[in-house]
Amino acid sequence: MTFQTFLQQLANGISLGSLYALIAIGYTMVYGILRLINFAHGDIFMMAAYFMVFSVVNFGLPWYIASIIVILATVALGVLLEKAAYSTLRDAPRMSIMISAIGASFLLENLATYLFTGVPKGFPNIAILTKSVSIAGVSLSVATMITPVVTIVLLYVVMFITNKTKIGMAMRAVAKDFETARLMGVNINRVISSTFIIGSALAAVGAILWGSKYPSVMPLMGVMPGLKCFIAAVLGGIGNTAGAVLGGFILGMAEILLVSFLPSLTGYRDAIAFVILIVVLLVKPTGLLGEKVTDKV
Amino acid sequence: MMKNINMNENKMSKKTKLILNIISLIVFALLITLLDKRVIGDSYVRRVLNTSAVYAIVAVSMNLINGFTGLFSLGQAGFMALGAYVVAIFTVPVGLRPSIFYVIKQNPVLAQIELPFFVALILGGLLAAFVAILIGIPVLRLKSDYLAIATLGFSEIIRIVITNIQPITNGALGINRIPEMPTMWIFFGILILSVIFIKLLIASSYGRAFKAIREDDIAAEAMGINLFKHKVLSFAIGAFFAGIGGGLYASLLGSVVPNSFNIPMTYNFLLIIVLGGMGSVSGTIISSFVVTSGLEVLRFFDDKLTIGGVVIPIFRPGFRMVIFSALLMILVLFFRNGLLGQKELSWDLIRKKFLRKKSDKRGAE
Repeated sequence: MTFQTFLQQLANGISLGSLYALIAIGYTMVYGILRLINFAHGDIFMMAAYFMVFSVVNFGLPWYIASIIVILATVALGVLLEKAAYSTLRDAPRMSIMISAIGASFLLENLATYLFTGVPKGFPNIAILTKSVSIAGVSLSVATMITPVVTIVLLYVVMFITNKTKIGMAMRAVAKDFETARLMGVNINRVISSTFIIGSALAAVGAILWGSKYPSVMPLMGVMPGLKCFIAAVLGGIGNTAGAVLGGFILGMAEILLVSFLPSLTGYRDAIAFVILIVVLLVKPTGLLGEKVTDKV
Repeated sequence: MMKNINMNENKMSKKTKLILNIISLIVFALLITLLDKRVIGDSYVRRVLNTSAVYAIVAVSMNLINGFTGLFSLGQAGFMALGAYVVAIFTVPVGLRPSIFYVIKQNPVLAQIELPFFVALILGGLLAAFVAILIGIPVLRLKSDYLAIATLGFSEIIRIVITNIQPITNGALGINRIPEMPTMWIFFGILILSVIFIKLLIASSYGRAFKAIREDDIAAEAMGINLFKHKVLSFAIGAFFAGIGGGLYASLLGSVVPNSFNIPMTYNFLLIIVLGGMGSVSGTIISSFVVTSGLEVLRFFDDKLTIGGVVIPIFRPGFRMVIFSALLMILVLFFRNGLLGQKELSWDLIRKKFLRKKSDKRGAE
């Protein structure tokens, strides 16, 4: 392997990692507040990709307007999901809430298969993102290069919201202690909705960048990224936004490096994330940046 | 006074129950025998019933883990895959194998081994249980939702490994020409045996420990129950029966491919146990038959429907699964206890339901 290919793979790894990071933030925020794996998050991501296909290919909108519409539509879908599938089960046993999350994910997948058929659709070619640029003999697409930048910028935005704004303070309070925050007059429903808004918006951005790199949109495209991004969130320390980004980067790098250094193991590409998950849960269940939580009886 | 009468009405003498039990057993055996001898029903009906029986075995095993022990495990499809592949690899006649493994030759040692169906079936169950123990040792320390994602992940890893070890499993091409079963009694007999085993297990001290863990694991531990041992035991027994179910599924279909044991497969069983009631064996069996035959009946949703010359546009492929998943959502949102909740089906329960309906009607008048 030449140095150039190594750099190329490194760039791919960072780029894939930052895509994972964008989706992982959504998982980690929802988990931090609701203590719930939002199984449907990967499917929200999938729907966002379909929204992009329809607004650009079918309605002929320019990509920048389409992106805004896609983000708004995805946010609406995320909030609707929360209202329909989760808010009615606020005080139900945990297993019921999880089954509801799985049901929502399953419903979105089947709905997409029904509405858009299982045949992959081509993601619109956004020239400005897919253009390839050559730096030091390494040829990269613009999407690959700007993805990490977008991720870092959005991470800062999310951290600003959670640390400096009033709604962010409410979010942290709810994450710390749901019941007490409720008693203190924090509007739980508003906080949860805001979390879903942020998570879905990031998933939409992730979907647009993802589509520019892997331009094939399918009803089940969100399943594997969804599971992997949850793993990224666990790896970084669930509930911790910066941790989710770190976890996403590590996972993306691990995957790309496995494929490029051990090509014979390419078939196991999807398995490595789960191996990482098991190792993390055994060695450091709180994740890299997570805080230790003890259960009180 | 009214209450007293109701109490008396709700109780049945032991003798009546025994008679009713015997009658229903005879009716059941007669029905299966008639179906089996091809007196009534056709091959389609037999197929649906066999599938339901196989699904019931797996669903009951999943309910043992999820409903009775309270471990939210989503690994059932993976364990099924193990059982199915053991049966597929060892029961296909040796002579047919070169034509199945035509891309990459089968491992020369395995290519010579052919086992009787029941040996392979048990072996598949044991392999699933063994893998469950290996997985369970690290994973069962986790709490509910981490456990869910870890088991789901392992189930996927099993599928990925099966896809990748071509000399053993023939990879994504799968294995076909698995010998067919001559009689329906194999499926129903194994269903009955596994249900009896699981019922006995639940009634034993182990079963009481499982339920204690489900209700409150910290309290259970404080009462001296070895949490880890019981969790692994429940997980391994559940996996064993899932493996058996998988083996039967393979012989029922006649072929296996890795992709049929994907995540939606596990969700299918999740729907079944939620509908039947988490923690009810009889509920699970009823809902296995209801869901499996329901999915068959609902097939017309996937076909074009024309009423009075007008094509109804919503009926096209995929609609059935939308209904199916919407049903799961409605169930968990509005009827969280399913058909039976944690109760078991009994003559008293049927009588009570029946009487209540009657008295409701009377009240309305």
